[in-house]
Amino acid sequence: MNITNIVHIIGFALILIGFWGMLTQKNMIKIILGLAIVEVGVQLVMVAFGFIEGRTAPILDSAVELSKASELIVDPVPQALVLTAIVIGVAVNALMLTFVIRLYQKKRSLSINDYKDLKW
Amino acid sequence: MIKRIIPAILVISIFFMLLKVMTNITPKYDLTGVSKTYAEQGASDLGAMNLVTAIVVTYRGLDTLGEVAVLFMAGTGIALLLRRKKKKKGSVAKKREASEILQTGSKLLVPIIMMFGAYIFINGHLSPGGGFQGGAAIASAVMLMFLADNSFKINHKVFGLIESLSGMFYVIIGILGLVMIGADHFLDSRLLPLGEFGKILSAGTIPIIYTLVGLKVGTELASIIDNMKGDLE
Repeated sequence: MNITNIVHIIGFALILIGFWGMLTQKNMIKIILGLAIVEVGVQLVMVAFGFIEGRTAPILDSAVELSKASELIVDPVPQALVLTAIVIGVAVNALMLTFVIRLYQKKRSLSINDYKDLKW
Repeated sequence: MIKRIIPAILVISIFFMLLKVMTNITPKYDLTGVSKTYAEQGASDLGAMNLVTAIVVTYRGLDTLGEVAVLFMAGTGIALLLRRKKKKKGSVAKKREASEILQTGSKLLVPIIMMFGAYIFINGHLSPGGGFQGGAAIASAVMLMFLADNSFKINHKVFGLIESLSGMFYVIIGILGLVMIGADHFLDSRLLPLGEFGKILSAGTIPIIYTLVGLKVGTELASIIDNMKGDLE
């Protein structure tokens, strides 16, 4: 049980909690929060995939000898990927919350049960 | 009851899916493939100390341009959906004034937070940080100003101008790479000399691109906050 496993377990647990929240909550803001929790879980798991025990951050300062860089640093690619994922996540969450604001202005209700227009 | 059972079944099946992933993870002991190439050649290729920045800005520059475009589209969509009708004067609901502590504290903190945001994106190629993080820090300073002062309004013309100009220059730098270096060098940061490794003015155009991204993200997030703040109806 090393640090990578622990982070993986936390990430997977967050994904499950988020899905549970998304599927059971009636309040639309809570549904969006569920999705945000899933996002955090996925990001944690992705960063942990790139981690290598006993190595340092991918910043080539005095702690890393340039000629042996590839043996001393963790994988930088998942970190760059997660950086992108976080920004896209913020944009998507903000847009979804905007839809909720508009829906609330129309019907004065946050409960998903009151919006049946697309329900079959 | 059924509304609890179906989600439970779904979540349990996701749990078993993730369990399968979890048990089959093989720990990494070495960099492979593209990561190895980046780690070995990144420093001599691009002169950026922070390899994540080198990947985000140059090796995967096109993705970052797309990311900025997604953020821009989300900001535009929010502005479109929450467009406010012009209100008659006097119909504005009275809001409680912010407390003395918040007002005084924000006067002290806002310039420091803004400066810290600028520090983060200017040093993006040397230390952890970059345009997106710095932009978020600047937007948080704007949010503090909104919290401290009820009548605070951002100047939409200036914000729009900063946002569009920085986006435009970002694309222009990308196209200059095509024109000046070669056909497959869109957003190549070697447009400018790489300079001395580890100095603030090094790594070609990476600090310039990250400054532009930081300004763009900062103004965009501030506009999103301004739109979502709304008025009481």
